Amino acid sequence: MSLTSAFEVSAIETTKVSKVTEVTGPRRKSHGKFLGLRLAAAIIISLVMFFPLYWMITTAFSTRADLYAPGLHLWPEHFTLSNFIDPIVRFPVLKWFQNSLAIATLTTVITVICNLLAGYAFAKLKFRGKNPLFLVLLSTMMIPAQAIMVPQFKLSIALGLYGNIWSVILPESAVIFGVFLARQFFIAIPEELLEAARVDGAGHLRTFVSVVLPLCKPLLAVLTLLTFMGEWNAFGWPLVALSGDPALFTLPIGIVGDLQGQYTSNYGRIMAISLLMTLPVVILFIAFQKYFVEGLARSGIK
Amino acid sequence: MTKTEADRASPVTTRVSARSASAPASGSRGVLRRVNASAAGMFLLPNIVMIAVFTLLPLVFAFVISFQNLDSLGEWTWVGFGNYVKLVTDPVFWQSMTNTGIFTLFTVPVGMILGLGIAVLLNGVLPGRTLFRSIIFLPLVVSGVATGVLGAWMFDQSNGFINRILGSVGIGPTAWQSDGFWAMASIILVTLWQRVGFDMLIYLAGLQGVDPSVQEAATVDGATGWQRFRLVTFPLLGPSTFFLLIMNMIYSFQVFDTVWAMTRGGPGFSTTTVVSYAYRTSFDEHGPQLLGYGAAVGVAIYLITLAITAIQWRFSSSRDQTD
Repeated sequence: MSLTSAFEVSAIETTKVSKVTEVTGPRRKSHGKFLGLRLAAAIIISLVMFFPLYWMITTAFSTRADLYAPGLHLWPEHFTLSNFIDPIVRFPVLKWFQNSLAIATLTTVITVICNLLAGYAFAKLKFRGKNPLFLVLLSTMMIPAQAIMVPQFKLSIALGLYGNIWSVILPESAVIFGVFLARQFFIAIPEELLEAARVDGAGHLRTFVSVVLPLCKPLLAVLTLLTFMGEWNAFGWPLVALSGDPALFTLPIGIVGDLQGQYTSNYGRIMAISLLMTLPVVILFIAFQKYFVEGLARSGIK
Repeated sequence: MTKTEADRASPVTTRVSARSASAPASGSRGVLRRVNASAAGMFLLPNIVMIAVFTLLPLVFAFVISFQNLDSLGEWTWVGFGNYVKLVTDPVFWQSMTNTGIFTLFTVPVGMILGLGIAVLLNGVLPGRTLFRSIIFLPLVVSGVATGVLGAWMFDQSNGFINRILGSVGIGPTAWQSDGFWAMASIILVTLWQRVGFDMLIYLAGLQGVDPSVQEAATVDGATGWQRFRLVTFPLLGPSTFFLLIMNMIYSFQVFDTVWAMTRGGPGFSTTTVVSYAYRTSFDEHGPQLLGYGAAVGVAIYLITLAITAIQWRFSSSRDQTD
């Protein structure tokens, strides 16, 4: 069951339950008292959880004098944009942003195409050695990225990738997770639909592109979102692959590699650029929350 | 590679999928089968080439390089088990293993208990429930680096928010950065903040699968709220608990970006996790270092991950039998 549909179902249940409690007087009262407590708990937890992000925002718009003065300053008392302007002027922050965008976009395109195609083969095509192959691919999911960073580094030099963004894009696109998600989705497509396309003379690829894909917009959304966010935030391998050249840095590498060293006692600057890095994914999350949550829940629950 | 790390280590799902992989009906004719096979090759090729070149090949070479004395200039000699002997006698490696163990021991169960509590709280009737869920989930989309630098700033010893607020209620400054114990505590707290939404999400999905009539039956039998939870709901959440245990263990065992951005493994080596150590030995800000030894640390990480997964398979198959 997908989580979003679970949410929807529970929303319906909720309205039913509240109608019932309205009818029964005494029960409603005890329920209400309990409800107040639970609501208070939920509000407190949410405030605690949101506070660090609020603090990032506050810090980003506060002057250094306020941040490093004694006492608590819970909001920007002297609003400033210098935390954004100064690092952008002194470091190639916009170039980092561009690199992050290019790497995340290209990785997403390659990953999603590869995973969709493979997922379709495993779901709908018959061929010898399907199950052993599936198991081999499965087992690669257990290989931690960090266990192979040294040979990957040597490999990217040998293939002439080192020194450009493809040294990140290609290894990061070698993932299998989406194959499973895609396969689950494709299995649900009725065989008759594919047969009909084949009778009309469409080949496998044609069937896939013009019949299957249009039915799979939620799958495309989930895969694209999860891959893009993962790559936008990627750190371990890009750190190894891009460290040689500041012009190739992504935002996470730039923050850790340059800004953290430069602004050890001026955290407003670091928070401002961190905010710049965080904002796009937060916006994506809010806009496409449904797909995001569903994708994560599906990766865990059959 | 934050997302993919979690994905690569998702044995529970994948087992389920593997089982149903054999499901599609056969009954194919020879011609169709041949057409299908060439089509299948075409569909599979891109993904298989990527995995073979950028994952399987490096894995093989990780083992090969771990038997070499490969330095930053590319010079190398065979050293047999030399790197592994060095590994087991390296106090910093063992310290990083201990650190990772402590980190895992605190982040995994505490995160799951908190996540379960929040899931139960937000599963019932509550106005604004969806908003609460979103807020608790939000840190999960924030990158490890942003979380790490934010943590470093909030736990800053002299100017950070945490010490300021503790100071305002009369608690003296805590040495979050200069004392190894408190530094470890701070990375655990930050990780809990970041990860609890995931535990909540999986438990919420699990709670949706709990049949309300079972709860009602327990109520009729006179069970109190706590008894209902302990004796009915929690056992029914077994699969979610199990899944989270494995996912979180692998995540915590392989943690890198948050910790590296927050403490660089310091002070000293007190927050150096095993993956940070692998990075630190193989590379640093100046480029490649002891690559042969780093590869050996990587192989050790791989073998330990395999062991965790093997234990999971064993336990889950024995659980399946008792079901």
